Amino acid sequence: MATLHINEERCKGCGFCVMSCPKKALSLAARPNTAGYYPAQCDDEKCIKCGICYTVCPDIVFTITED
Amino acid sequence: MKELWKGNHAIAEAAMRAGCMFYAGYPITPQTEVGEYLSGRMPELGRKFIQAENEMAACYMLQGAGSTGMRCMTSSSGPGFALKQEAIGYLCSNWIPTVFVNVIRWGPGLGSLDSAQTDYFQATRGGGNGDYRLPVFAPNSIQETIDLMYEAWDMAEKYRNPVMILSEAALGQMMEAVEFPEFKEGPKQSEMDWVWDGVGDRHSFNHGTPLYVDKPRRVREKIETMQENEQRWESYLVEDADYVCVAYGLPSRTTREAVDQLRAEGIKVGLIRPIMVWPFPFKAFAEIKKDVKGIISIETTDAGQVVEDVALATKKMVDGNVPVYGLYTAQKVVRPSEAVAFIKRVIAGEEKEVF
Amino acid sequence: MAVTKSVPRLLENPHTLCPGCGHGIVFRLLAEVLEEEGYDQKTILTLGVGCCCNMNPPAWKGDVIQTAHGRAGATATGVKVGRPDLLSIAYQGDGDAYVIGLAETLNAAYRNEPITVITVLNNNFAMTGGQMSWTTMPGQVTVTSPNGRDCDITGLPIKVPEIVASFENVNYVARGTTISAAEINKLKKYIQTAVRNQIEGKGYSMVEVVSPCPTNWRKGVADCAAWMNEEVIPYYPLGELKNNNK
Repeated sequence: MATLHINEERCKGCGFCVMSCPKKALSLAARPNTAGYYPAQCDDEKCIKCGICYTVCPDIVFTITED
Repeated sequence: MKELWKGNHAIAEAAMRAGCMFYAGYPITPQTEVGEYLSGRMPELGRKFIQAENEMAACYMLQGAGSTGMRCMTSSSGPGFALKQEAIGYLCSNWIPTVFVNVIRWGPGLGSLDSAQTDYFQATRGGGNGDYRLPVFAPNSIQETIDLMYEAWDMAEKYRNPVMILSEAALGQMMEAVEFPEFKEGPKQSEMDWVWDGVGDRHSFNHGTPLYVDKPRRVREKIETMQENEQRWESYLVEDADYVCVAYGLPSRTTREAVDQLRAEGIKVGLIRPIMVWPFPFKAFAEIKKDVKGIISIETTDAGQVVEDVALATKKMVDGNVPVYGLYTAQKVVRPSEAVAFIKRVIAGEEKEVF
Repeated sequence: MAVTKSVPRLLENPHTLCPGCGHGIVFRLLAEVLEEEGYDQKTILTLGVGCCCNMNPPAWKGDVIQTAHGRAGATATGVKVGRPDLLSIAYQGDGDAYVIGLAETLNAAYRNEPITVITVLNNNFAMTGGQMSWTTMPGQVTVTSPNGRDCDITGLPIKVPEIVASFENVNYVARGTTISAAEINKLKKYIQTAVRNQIEGKGYSMVEVVSPCPTNWRKGVADCAAWMNEEVIPYYPLGELKNNNK
């Protein structure tokens, strides 16, 4: 069972992950982080933990752990 | 036993004896023989020689190798050193020990191949951006060049700073009988506590550490320490002198001859010969008597460069009212007869003081 | 289907690059490759001047030399002389490596110096606010080509990897991009090959990365990708330009 973790404070809201997610599981949150960016958020039901978000993210916002 | 060696070859061989492991340089007259000699000698000794694409690239190769603690150097002349100014600044900024040799020819621009001291300001004031200084050695013979080269890296590593040796065209091209010291090595890279080593924990430029943040204070501390501890000069007949000449490098030899000639006529003249021109040997001027009648800078420049440091030293250590004169011989080393004539004109009140 | 992904140690600290900048991806790939090859503590990275300066420590937790604008080819050469046992990697933008530093970049390649050079190409001088670079596309508006780049008087976009690949001795030259996950995975292989080349003592490698610059192109990431697909990548073909190991 894998878990996707999102480090909101690293996110700059560029949206590359939103554009790249094959399951359209990602979107940008309505509430900004402390830097003022709108961070990525994930609909966990759609997420298949494929890691593409990790691959395209310039800021290493996403990590995936095996529980 | 002494052997006859050409200045540029002697500089190169002395660097080998001093533990230089890497030379990068570009041909430029009148110092090309330094690189030519090393292109054969270094492979013989298992060391690295690179003919760089230009004088800037040579310096940045030194930044790379010097950061790892390797003893490295380059040599050039005026126009090449003009290109190197930014690099010297980077080396000072990153506290990297390196050795530079400038075999000065008359400038600016393409200049000419005449032996000169016209890069004095460039060496001692610095043409790069920012506030930095280099210890600058100023030998007046090939033997002294060898001896100063032999300790150049020791000084560079002591302060973690580039150092420069000023030679000049004639000194680079002429031959004198010299002896070389034994080969010695620099410290091992693994034992140096400040080097770039692939990990990044040893030197203090990583990770926003205090050295980087506190730079201005540490720079000032380093510069003031060098100024206090590294002044070096030779005094000749200064104590009772009514007129004191100041000359470094080859002009100091012919000026000394002039001093001897004048003394033989009963005129009390002396000579201060800076052996390091930065830090300028202010302390040497403490030996001058307070009622000295004049200080004379004798230099191979067009319009006077060393004279400014001479004036500052006179003000600081003797008396601000003592007149300072300048004999500028532009594209040739001063002849003793010229110096004698000038000093006599000074004594006769026929020369206007500069300061 | 699930994979595990963690933050490489070298990049534990966040960086200050712009949102959507390709540099962040390239640095992560480099960190991954170095850690996988066991060289993350045996590498000296030489940074040029430009947006790559954002990766000075604390952003990069490895050993970094900051050198002068354009000169990383020479500095990285010197690093390898000083410590031939370590990896010497130069990391530069296109302004740094192909404009002010063209001489040093080409000469290090020409001499087949045993270093790895990574250049990031984004069609402008980004750090200084988006001036024209030699890689700016024909007609592209920048702050120093306000009427669109006139290539008749400023030259056509320069292809340095092609020039480097023409030097007989050079070992490996590749061009990748960060435009999609698939391309990023290919780019990682190019970087891995270049790094392995150096570990095995095989001579000079260069990897150029065609990257977006959302800030200076004034485009969001989707529009950046579209423009790159339309204009930049057709002009700058992707793939391995030279591989002397085959």
